[in-house]
Amino acid sequence: MSATIAVISCGIGNIRSVVNAFEYLGCKVVVAEAPALLHEADAVVLPGVGAFKAGMANLQAGGWIPALEQEVLGSKKPFLGICLGMQLLATEGFEGSRTPGLGWIEGQVRELRFDGDALRLPHIGWNNVTIPPHSVLYQKLGGEADFYFVHSYAIYAESAADDTRAYCDYGGRFLASVERENVCGVQFHPERSHKAGLKLLGNFAAMANRS
Amino acid sequence: MLKTRLIPVLLLRNGLLVRSELFSIHQIIGNPINEVKRFNEWNVDELVYLDISAGDSYDTGREDHRVGSLSDPLSILEAVGKNCFMPLTWGGRIRSIEDMRNCFVRGADKISINSAAVANPRLIADGADTFGRQAIVVSIDVKRSADGRCEVYTEGGRTATGYDAVEWAARAESLGAGEILLQSIDRDGTGSGYDVELVSEVSRALTIPVIACSGVGMYEHYAAGVRAGAAAVAAANIWHFRELSDRNGKRAMARAGIPVRL
Repeated sequence: MSATIAVISCGIGNIRSVVNAFEYLGCKVVVAEAPALLHEADAVVLPGVGAFKAGMANLQAGGWIPALEQEVLGSKKPFLGICLGMQLLATEGFEGSRTPGLGWIEGQVRELRFDGDALRLPHIGWNNVTIPPHSVLYQKLGGEADFYFVHSYAIYAESAADDTRAYCDYGGRFLASVERENVCGVQFHPERSHKAGLKLLGNFAAMANRS
Repeated sequence: MLKTRLIPVLLLRNGLLVRSELFSIHQIIGNPINEVKRFNEWNVDELVYLDISAGDSYDTGREDHRVGSLSDPLSILEAVGKNCFMPLTWGGRIRSIEDMRNCFVRGADKISINSAAVANPRLIADGADTFGRQAIVVSIDVKRSADGRCEVYTEGGRTATGYDAVEWAARAESLGAGEILLQSIDRDGTGSGYDVELVSEVSRALTIPVIACSGVGMYEHYAAGVRAGAAAVAAANIWHFRELSDRNGKRAMARAGIPVRL
């Protein structure tokens, strides 16, 4: 039995690598260019690269938000947001002007903050993520793993929520991933993170197979 | 913390993998389609493919080059992209925004430009504006003149430009290059180590990452490149004549105190 994973294609980045990765893992993948396709899928992936405002505008213009709310929040289908796809889950983003996000995860998307001297942006390269206990995404990955990051913004939340969070450090700590029931988000690119990334995507696919 | 990257450079000539020496001798190693799964298994941090074919003809007359769809480099890229789950850079005969786009839609994360950037420096800026500067690598081939100056060469090391390597690299950065891939024609295939003075001079003049390449013969050469200022270390030949080059290369770097992804 193989679950169908819908990878949303709505003009916010090249989805080919994500599709390749899930296919490499033996998953059935559908490139969803219209919201109606989410209804047939067992799990949803939202990859994204670019600016928060443009990302939300694309989701709105394409009619994705009602479908996402129905299939992910309503039907509880496993959901994975990658890079901008994770950031869009936040309450709001501050890239340029203030833009409301999907609001599924409490927090604000801001430019990476530094505790000391500013480091070069974007944050690009392999950096380590400390793996939280009880995580579904990071199963069998040990206590720490390196993933590939390319970004200048991240979700910041003032209060600790009861979801499962992992952090990375680039001159200061920022949210690397979040898991709350069926909703997951990763700031890094698992489809570019070699074996650790493929393991994580495999763990997500297993969520889809189970549900 | 951010890890120092170890990057194999794979050379393609007329559809086949080759190793090179002093940019002149090109010995055939194998078929890129057959090897793609093996390269993806390596515990390295990125892969760079450079098409160093001379003409536009891809017909070597060999039977094994007709395996799979090797009729053009973009087909090879597409096949590589399907089995590459680390950042992938594609370079060689990229001369326009359209050429760049053709690479990105087939799975490249970054493209590398060399001769075309020297001939038309605006291409760097246009590429950065269109695709983001982190996607644009400027590759620079350097030969030292008799008086020790570092001169930029193009067309696979055949054409002297009269440009100074440091000045051209700085100009490439100001135009929007995200990274510099720095190759030494004198060191290529010699196994005598990086030209660390060259690496040092270029790295000091820039704020963008410099990837050192050309000359690695022992794993200890990587640390010398990093100490000279390289943000990442690359090698082309060592992968094809040493066992476990990925693991042993990274172990040597770790022993030298360099943060690496193990």
